[in-house]
Amino acid sequence: MKILVCVKRVPATGGRIALTADSLDIDARYLGFTISPHEECAVEEAVRIVEAQGGSSTVLTLGPDAAADQLRDAMAIGIERAVLLETDGSDWDPMATAGAIVDAIRALEAEDGPFDLLLFGNEAADTGDFQVGIRVATALGRPAVSGIKAIEAADGRVVARREASGGGWEVFELPLPVVLGVKEGLNLPRYPSVPGRLRAKKKEIVRMTPAARRGGPIKERLRLPVGTESTVEVIGTGPEAAPAVVELLTRIGVVSR
Amino acid sequence: MILTLIEHVDDRPERLSLEALSLAGKLAAATGEPLHTVSFGSGAREAAKQLNGRGVDAAHVVEDDRLSAFAPVAWAATVSQLIAGLGPSIVLAAGSDRGNEVMAHVGARTDLPLAANCTEVVPGEPFRLTRQRWAGSLLEDATLDSPTKLLTIAPHAVAVEDAVEGDAQPAIEPFSPTLTDEDLLVAVVRRLAPDKSGISLTDARVVVGGGRGVGSADAFSELEELAAVLGAAVGVSRVVTSAGWRPHSQQIGQTGLRIAPDLYIACGISGAIQHIVGAKAAKRILAINTDRDAPIMSVADYAVIGDLHQVVPAITAEIRRVTGR
Ligand SMILES: Cc1cc2nc3c(=O)[nH]c(=O)nc-3n(C[C@H](O)[C@H](O)[C@H](O)COP(=O)(O)OP(=O)(O)OC[C@H]3O[C@@H](n4cnc5c(N)ncnc54)[C@H](O)[C@@H]3O)c2cc1C
Ligand SMILES: Nc1ncnc2c1ncn2[C@@H]1O[C@H](COP(=O)(O)O)[C@@H](O)[C@H]1O
Repeated sequence: MKILVCVKRVPATGGRIALTADSLDIDARYLGFTISPHEECAVEEAVRIVEAQGGSSTVLTLGPDAAADQLRDAMAIGIERAVLLETDGSDWDPMATAGAIVDAIRALEAEDGPFDLLLFGNEAADTGDFQVGIRVATALGRPAVSGIKAIEAADGRVVARREASGGGWEVFELPLPVVLGVKEGLNLPRYPSVPGRLRAKKKEIVRMTPAARRGGPIKERLRLPVGTESTVEVIGTGPEAAPAVVELLTRIGVVSR
Repeated sequence: MILTLIEHVDDRPERLSLEALSLAGKLAAATGEPLHTVSFGSGAREAAKQLNGRGVDAAHVVEDDRLSAFAPVAWAATVSQLIAGLGPSIVLAAGSDRGNEVMAHVGARTDLPLAANCTEVVPGEPFRLTRQRWAGSLLEDATLDSPTKLLTIAPHAVAVEDAVEGDAQPAIEPFSPTLTDEDLLVAVVRRLAPDKSGISLTDARVVVGGGRGVGSADAFSELEELAAVLGAAVGVSRVVTSAGWRPHSQQIGQTGLRIAPDLYIACGISGAIQHIVGAKAAKRILAINTDRDAPIMSVADYAVIGDLHQVVPAITAEIRRVTGR
């Protein structure tokens, strides 16, 4: 099975988000970078399928030079090849991103034959546009389904499951090639090993220059939602606080005496 | 014309779709345009009739049995055909799993931009909107330039307006889309029963949450005992699921569940924005943490500063003592 996974480099914001002075971006000067947990699961799934059935795995990102770090993270747990569609680091809207990914897939497939499975995150961690994978699938004329939390791929078909809104699971059965948008919970990603990291460091990354297009909401500014902060009342310290806590729980009706 | 996609369970419109419809009603009033809806599958007509008093002029019902189970591409093909035939200025759906998926397909088929998870929309030139980034931890003010504006509305960003009694009923208009085999390929072929039991995290009145501070899979027994005496569900942070201490089905946050209990007791959880975004609908948050300055303190209502391995069992014991159980 030939698998391509698409991932996006995003800042790993912790306890609070700080914005740049022009309010157009997250101030990432003191932050590390990562990919969405959904995409981490996509990477893990690709590695597992290739381990079990053979084939090849490729990871692709559109982003700045530094996004090579996220590609190496994926290679450290077993992805074989990496492709960087290098930008100057500015925002690409979802139509532009999808267009560039489609161009890259066509180029890669012209060289090495078609991918059987294209894996995307259900939504990117930062912009949450919920659409890049679906736009890629539509442009390539391949079926797509989102929200996937279980994949079985065999004999040219996949059986994919997603959680139904009222509980339980909805099952899809599709012929390959197929495009899946996956969610965290699909699997439990492994941690990279030290030899894995060393191997990934030495691997080559294929670089391409994507062609820009326009098509999406035009960002004017970012802002933090209001009214989320509260003033905390410290009820006590250590186990001695237990009676005061239970007093509170009784007062708010959580414990009845 | 403004078109809203209405999801329904049997013949009952979904709450998130009614939220989107409430916003659509305001946009229709502001622009003077008629308001239409579209719903799919068996029950579509009955669901449309439940929209009485919500300002809907026409309800397009697609009573095609093949579209009763979720079929995102076929639903999107239908919406795209309605767009081509009726030329709406705005098409909205709920920012639900289904709504976002179907509208992404609509955007892809029509080659139009889609603004997902909007919280506010101001029609005009330019057309302005606010949408959620980082699952709502950050907002983006943006403009959208498109002949038909495609939007999904973030869950719980808009209140559902009460239906006006005696208001006109929507005209029910059956619609038969032209669907290819490819359109129908992506469809639910079967459903499986839920595999979890016990108190559901999303319905629980009280949730006891555990993070890295719990320290091990075994130590969760302390949180479980507290949950048991409170009739609460146990939820966790991503550090806990990544370590394999607990299943992902218990994860609260951006890539897990959104909870809305009366009380959330967050034990050994630092309060990263991606976690808090899943718990911010909790009426009250009690944090138990060794660190007085952990970010969770800025969103918690109450706190106990201390080692959860001492504090949690002490609270459990005290509840048992006062309730005699
Ligand atoms: C795109 C993205 C999506 C994410 N989605 C989610 C998500 O859905 N859910 C989620 O939870 N996270 C999510 N995360 C991860 C998130 O950023 C944090 O890494 C995570 O929430 C931290 O978990 P934690 O609070 O358990 O651990 P930590 O941040 O390590 O905090 C541990 C806390 O425990 C306290 N502590 C330690 N020992 C004790 C003790 N003995 N007694 C009391 N307190 C103690 C410490 O003071 C500290 O405050 C996401 C991250 C990204 C980038
Ligand atoms: N810049 C990017 N590079 C590679 N893949 C991306 C990029 N942006 C989005 N994707 C993929 O598309 C998915 C959905 O993104 P979005 O539609 O932006 O929410 C993500 O989870 C990624 O798998």
